[in-house]
Amino acid sequence: MSPAHGLPRWADLLLLPVVCLAVALAAAGTVVALVGQDPLEVMLVLVSGALGSPRGISYTLYYATTFIFTGLAVSVAFHGGLFNIGGEGQAILGGLGTGLAALWLSPSLPAWLMLPIMLVAGALFGMAWAAIPAYLQAYRGSHVVITTIMFNFIASSLLVYLLVHQLRPAGTMAVESRAFAESARLPSMRDALGWLGLDWPTSPLNLSLLLALLACWLVYLFLWRTRAGYHLRVVGASPAAARYAGIGPQRQVMLAMAISGALAGLVGMNEIAGVSGRLLLEFVSGAGFTGIAVALMGRNHPLGIVFASVLFGALFQGGAEVAFEVRGFSRNMVVMLQGFIVLFSGAMVYVIAPALAWLLARLAAMGRRRHAAPAAGAEHG
Amino acid sequence: MQPDLAVCMTGISKRFGAVQANDRVNLSVRRGTVHGIVGENGAGKSTLMSVLYGFYAADSGQIAVFGQAATIRHADDAIALGIGMVHQHFMLVDTLSALDNVLLGAEPHWQLARAQRQVQQELEPLMQATGLRVKLDALVQDLSVGDRQRLEILKALYRGARILILDEPTAVLTPQEAEQLFAVLRALREQGSTIVLITHKLKEVMRLCDEVTVMRAGRVVQATPVAQASIEGLALAMVGRKVQMGRLESAARPAATQALLVASNIGLRDDLGVQRLAGLNLSLHAGEIVGVAGVSGNGQSQLLDVLCGLSVPDSGQLLLCGQSFTSTAWLQPHLARQLGLAHVPEDRQARALVMAFVAWESAVLGYDGLPAYNRLGWLGHGRMRAATLAMMQRFDVRPANTELGSSKFSGGNQQKLVLARELGQAPRVLLVGQPTRGVDIGAIEFIYTHLRALRDAGCAVLVVSSELDEILALSDRVIVMNQGRIAGELPIGDCTEAGLGLLMTGGGA
Repeated sequence: MSPAHGLPRWADLLLLPVVCLAVALAAAGTVVALVGQDPLEVMLVLVSGALGSPRGISYTLYYATTFIFTGLAVSVAFHGGLFNIGGEGQAILGGLGTGLAALWLSPSLPAWLMLPIMLVAGALFGMAWAAIPAYLQAYRGSHVVITTIMFNFIASSLLVYLLVHQLRPAGTMAVESRAFAESARLPSMRDALGWLGLDWPTSPLNLSLLLALLACWLVYLFLWRTRAGYHLRVVGASPAAARYAGIGPQRQVMLAMAISGALAGLVGMNEIAGVSGRLLLEFVSGAGFTGIAVALMGRNHPLGIVFASVLFGALFQGGAEVAFEVRGFSRNMVVMLQGFIVLFSGAMVYVIAPALAWLLARLAAMGRRRHAAPAAGAEHG
Repeated sequence: MQPDLAVCMTGISKRFGAVQANDRVNLSVRRGTVHGIVGENGAGKSTLMSVLYGFYAADSGQIAVFGQAATIRHADDAIALGIGMVHQHFMLVDTLSALDNVLLGAEPHWQLARAQRQVQQELEPLMQATGLRVKLDALVQDLSVGDRQRLEILKALYRGARILILDEPTAVLTPQEAEQLFAVLRALREQGSTIVLITHKLKEVMRLCDEVTVMRAGRVVQATPVAQASIEGLALAMVGRKVQMGRLESAARPAATQALLVASNIGLRDDLGVQRLAGLNLSLHAGEIVGVAGVSGNGQSQLLDVLCGLSVPDSGQLLLCGQSFTSTAWLQPHLARQLGLAHVPEDRQARALVMAFVAWESAVLGYDGLPAYNRLGWLGHGRMRAATLAMMQRFDVRPANTELGSSKFSGGNQQKLVLARELGQAPRVLLVGQPTRGVDIGAIEFIYTHLRALRDAGCAVLVVSSELDEILALSDRVIVMNQGRIAGELPIGDCTEAGLGLLMTGGGA
């Protein structure tokens, strides 16, 4: 999906996202001004809260980690021509898999064995949850957008049921499982950097950030370096060409959704294994949907997804700071800002890109004219 | 301007990019006649009618309707002038009733129920008078193809059409339905309507039309009353008598070489249930080029799809390079490639290349499993790029830039890239659809040379083309298809353009 209407590549990759972001900020700033706040002050608090201190950066990266997983999930499906709206449900199921593995095995297994098992369990649960809509799409023609939305509701209800009726320790009121044993805890970034003798503030940021970056690298390798990834992209870009090339679209649908679900399922490694150390209700809290915006803004490329994830992570973290620091500014305003960014970098790209292309063409023409004018003058002289 | 002319178009020119679709075309259609416009595909018939109906603006020329100079910028203008068009592909809403389709866009009242009543009352006498009987309360999706066409004509008449343009109306009809259509058209003529019939079926022209205009390569080459025309004469005018381009006298070939592809008794129905291929038998031998001639839409595309495994026929057998297949266990595209069958499809932009990919990614499509391109599932980008560059140099693809998007190449260079890929693995059987469609003249001879070289190397080549010149220039043997059947098979020495034209239009046998 390239909305570039004759835009040069550099403008498409760099200028366009920046312009979109700027337009979104301007629109959000207007609303902020309309409710009587100083947009500049809000912006300053937001940026410094998200990126101004090691602690802020740490929180930003923690949020970004989850968005990388869900963003990658959406993008792999998208490369296969599928719009996977089910990242939320697949992440919930993945977290459930991670959590169940931890609850079951963590008292008896060491960390070096426990953590990989939790990772695989998370990926498998997410994969299985995505495989059902994938099968229905590939072999029964039910549209994957509809089925994945429905599966989000089912996943969410399933988690509530399990936590309330099965996993909650007797005699407690909080809807959460008992805590995992220590071997099921992914080390925090503070601890990990501490081993290396580096100082880092306390924050939820943990080693799953490295896992997320590794996932980016692997997704890149898969999509652009393997035959299987090539087949997936052919099906996504041109189903007719895929049939001509002898690539069966049904298998590719299954594969794309399976990988997508597995990636979403890794969210649990950050939230469950890395932070809470127990299974709880709201550990995904919309990250599956934010992943759609992240993939859209990151142009479905792993590197772009990293940048977009950090941007959205900064919005989450900075937004929390703004709500805390600026009187009369609620977190809802931050949600609105996120909405503007999704709107302008997603939908409105198709409006902004042609306008930008027109502008660049005008500038180029003006440059040429200025270049040509002295030459013509010299001829006359 | 004569007042008895319903349509008078003078000096109409229309250019699309490099193609002069209409070149100073004059057309006079007399009031109250059935006027046939015949010509091969791409002769400019449809463009001319699109100008008349307001789809395209002509680059130059005048139009007069019923003696009045007219400016037609939009279909609405044409409708207001009393021109109605029945497209080859029907413009109906399948999920609405026949009645609703008639009133759609011409509602006489804002209340739907009243509008429906009113239209129904007006349609009854119209159906009575014309014999166009359609069940008005039936959903369009439940109507037969013939009913849908009658509905389209009713729709045009309801909007006040006194000039009716029909684009290839019998292409989708059974012979019986065609017969009924002719009766209706004759009745309409009796009642004073003027009918313009676009067709390439000369028999229909002879049976139905009063006058005929023959187009070729964007120009009118003949305009005559049908009473003074003959099928042979029209076929000759339609196909032209051009010099055979670049025909090389092939060296005497061994009479009986190995049959690499034998298809027998192939039958195929499409999703609408129309019989696209029927009882078709075909064999391809090593070292020959077989040309499939025919007017587009007579089953050639379906034949290619069946032979390369993209479509599974309803009946028939296939023997490909020693392996046999039946309609219950048909050939699959990837297996076809493994057996040494290469395919240059007709629609290269939708099928042969992935437009969103860069050139080298498209240049390995279907062949990414070769050991040269991948090792244990890992793609060798460097080797793929190098192979693509070699293809580009060998086939003179311009620009020879492996990183350029597939969509950025011109049609001719896209085709050369596809040919380079498909010819690259020394295929034993090659299927080519429209090898030079949209290809500039310079590249045509280049492509012919490569196809002939492949034949001389012992490959069996099947060329489907709507260009008769191309068939004659390339083929050792010619098969003519008409309505999904083989209408005739001739060695190249017995082929004449007029003879082939007759077979193509169903005029022979």
